[in-house]
Amino acid sequence: MDHLLEVKDLEVKFALRMGDLTAINGVSFTLDRSERLGLVGESGAGKSVTGFSIINLISKPGYISGGSVIFEGRDLTRLTNEGMRHIRGNLISMIFQDPMMTLNPVLTIGTQMVETLQAHMDISRKEAEDISLEKLRKVHIPSPEKRLQQYPHEFSGGMRQRIVVAIALLTDPALVIADEPTTALDVTIQAEIMELLLELCESEGTGLILITHDLAVVSQVTQKIAVMYAGKIVEAGQTEDIIDNPRHPYTQGLIKAIPDGRNPGARLNQIPGTMPSLIDIPPGCSFHPRCMIRGDICRHESPALKNIHGYRSMAACHMLDTAEKQAGANVTK
Amino acid sequence: MFAFAVRRITQAIIVMLVIGLLGFSIKQKIGDPVRDIVGVSVSVAERDALREELGLNDPFLAQYVRFIKNAVHGDLGMSFFFKRPTLEVILSKAPATLELVFASSLIIILLSIPLGIYTAINPRNLPSRIIMGGSIVGVSIPVFLTAIILIYIFAVELHWLPSYGRGETVNVWGWESGFLTLDGLKHLILPSIALSSIMLPLFIRLIRSEMMETLETEYVKFAWAKGLSRRRIWFLHAFKNTLLPVITVGGVQLGILIAYTILTETVFQWQGMGFMFLEAVERSDTSLLVAYIIVVGALFVVVNTIVDLIYGLVNPTIRITGRK
Amino acid sequence: MKQWKRFKNSYFLHSFKRDRVAIVSFVVLLTLILLSILAPVIAPHNPYDTTTIDIMNAEMPPSWMEDGNPDFVLGTDIQGRDLLSTMLYGLRLSVMIGCGAVFLQAIIGIFIGMISGYAGGKVDAFLMRIADVQLSFSTLMVAIMISAIFQVAFGVGRYEQLAVPLLVLIIGLAEWPQYARTVRASVLGEKNKEYVEAARVIGLSSKRIRWRHILPNTMSPVLVISTIQVANAVMSEAALSFLGLGMPVTKPSLGSLINSGFEYIFSGSWWITLFPGILLVVFVLVINLLGDWLRDVLNPKLYKG
Repeated sequence: MDHLLEVKDLEVKFALRMGDLTAINGVSFTLDRSERLGLVGESGAGKSVTGFSIINLISKPGYISGGSVIFEGRDLTRLTNEGMRHIRGNLISMIFQDPMMTLNPVLTIGTQMVETLQAHMDISRKEAEDISLEKLRKVHIPSPEKRLQQYPHEFSGGMRQRIVVAIALLTDPALVIADEPTTALDVTIQAEIMELLLELCESEGTGLILITHDLAVVSQVTQKIAVMYAGKIVEAGQTEDIIDNPRHPYTQGLIKAIPDGRNPGARLNQIPGTMPSLIDIPPGCSFHPRCMIRGDICRHESPALKNIHGYRSMAACHMLDTAEKQAGANVTK
Repeated sequence: MFAFAVRRITQAIIVMLVIGLLGFSIKQKIGDPVRDIVGVSVSVAERDALREELGLNDPFLAQYVRFIKNAVHGDLGMSFFFKRPTLEVILSKAPATLELVFASSLIIILLSIPLGIYTAINPRNLPSRIIMGGSIVGVSIPVFLTAIILIYIFAVELHWLPSYGRGETVNVWGWESGFLTLDGLKHLILPSIALSSIMLPLFIRLIRSEMMETLETEYVKFAWAKGLSRRRIWFLHAFKNTLLPVITVGGVQLGILIAYTILTETVFQWQGMGFMFLEAVERSDTSLLVAYIIVVGALFVVVNTIVDLIYGLVNPTIRITGRK
Repeated sequence: MKQWKRFKNSYFLHSFKRDRVAIVSFVVLLTLILLSILAPVIAPHNPYDTTTIDIMNAEMPPSWMEDGNPDFVLGTDIQGRDLLSTMLYGLRLSVMIGCGAVFLQAIIGIFIGMISGYAGGKVDAFLMRIADVQLSFSTLMVAIMISAIFQVAFGVGRYEQLAVPLLVLIIGLAEWPQYARTVRASVLGEKNKEYVEAARVIGLSSKRIRWRHILPNTMSPVLVISTIQVANAVMSEAALSFLGLGMPVTKPSLGSLINSGFEYIFSGSWWITLFPGILLVVFVLVINLLGDWLRDVLNPKLYKG
């Protein structure tokens, strides 16, 4: 019971005129101190919504309709606004997708750093600036004293994301939630930022939830993976297990879609079809229309996330036996 | 920034030259400078002599250049009715109009910012709905009708406030001010409320929609994620970004108040430039009319240019690169 | 028939039926327009017929008041005309001038906006600079200036004779920039879309592409601003008439009626000002409400400010 974070049966709905739409449907996972988890899935799977609901910051008209988010023993879904404010940016901070839009264009970097510290600690501007400088150095921003006085548009995209990382780590939080932190960046800079994030999390002992569609990135950064599809976790486990031995047909499909350096020129296997929108999630297993191994039961009954006999990971699939053969077949290919 | 300023000012000068050309053409077509100077009871021969002497038989372009030269030196011709230089007449009326516009702008700014922010933060609650409903009714009532209703209620029925004129004024270094006496301020209340009634709803809607747009941005969401207080997020992060578009559109709109002073001044018989302008139209005082167009045109151009320059100062993106 | 069915099932009609404000506004607007068209038929008196007007009837209060006369339901104006009839005729003039002016500005504005958006470059910069400058002076100011110049040039008598076409011209000239900016913005948006590219590849003339392919796609923003522009044009007309630069007292629009009643408000004859005022406000308000609703439903990209 000493998890840093325990998300239990989380359910998020969007209140629309035509009725409520369920965006997150019973998501559960845990994270220990200094542990790193990857939340993986296509866009629209509910990864970002899960991330934002941890700090109770879902955009309207979304709201948490069930479940709990236990952080350091406290249920965050029951906190008051003021109580939640002390968590956000202090104990749990976030890194957003697009660094071009995350920083306020009319405030200096210094202001945006100092205000974060002053929102959570009773310190002077001078002290706050000193901490900010130290963090800027840690993310390798050259001549930080000068940079503190500058506006966001005077920085490149990569530099801005470093600054966002520095802001996220200002208060030495126990957990950082990074929502697609490198997607908006140039490919050459992506790896740099990811490395920096990993290095800092490791050295400071910070927990990390990395939200991404990129399995390759996750495999290098996190110890655990949870794969999401249409608002549910379909497979969860240790990173090496999921990557080397995926059980769920969806995960298998995702992994097959990664370009393989060993086989240049080989055809990539895309999963046929697209993810259903929230309005028309199919009955039964929501993946069944795209699934190659579906059976009759998949049309009617939604599979639960459960331990798989003989494996360490968990998967939500009725046809695990068939999936195993499938995986075996792939290996021999 | 310097290049930016130079370009803006050059544009302003070109616009002024065009306005001057328009004014000059009007004068050529419908005005009669001879009459302006000597009146109507002078013989044809004498008039012709005067025409020649005034250079009215010169080519159009030469006359235009002379007109602009004179205008730059502050000579916009003689008023037929007042028998005084038109610029002098207008400048003597300007304080009344400017004080009215100033008071209205003050009302608009002081009310629209809190109301706009409030309705943006609580878009769906009852007070916001009332404010927004009221604002659409507000834009649908013509200024002169608002003015008449105010006069009927507060002057005719209740006798609380005076219905016309500026009241007692004090001359401060040549500026006739109504701000310094209780009587002058009392006279200012109804006209300035009437004048602000047309722009206030527009400003509330402008601030509201810009603020709502900013509240949806990623950087505001990031500010929430940083755990800042709502006050800081609303009034610093969101409002400072709202300010930029509000300054550009709003500055121009405040200039437009000058147009509406013509209506308000007529209702309240406020002895300002607008009232004078209508009298000039009735008296066919062409020189005064043209002078008014040029002075007000200059006022608009100056306001617009200043607004642009302020925008350049506030917006860090322009300040550095000098580009919009 | 087919189109009617499509209209019946459309989102447009659906959202109209859900919106009570829109329905009420629409009904009121329709009633007012019908009243104005039918004014010669339904008005109890003819305010233009000088033989039936008796100056002795001047400034009579509405019929329900002490000195009221059942012949004149809303009382009489300063010349002894039946106020209700005069208002109906006035509304008729306001609607006519408003629609005429909007028609004119739409023609000028769409033409210039189209050229500006399609040609781009220096032509565009030049035309839009003119529109900008004119807008920054405010349409009301420009309208007042033009009408003042016209009045001095024509003389008051001649101006009053030609008041209706002149007002249409003045307001049309003053307000075209709104259209030009809106049309230009949507032309810019449409210009690079695939269907235009396709039309160009087929080898259609640019004139044909402009008017047959791009223009129809700019119509929803034009429709939205047209409603609001009618309201603006009616307001401008009222303002000009109130200043004595519009319709004469012998053929009053709502604005001139309010103006003529204003002096008498101090002697207690409030109805000459109030009733035409209410009619004007209600007319403009329902158009504005409908315009707001249309903007929400069609949600086109409009020029800000």
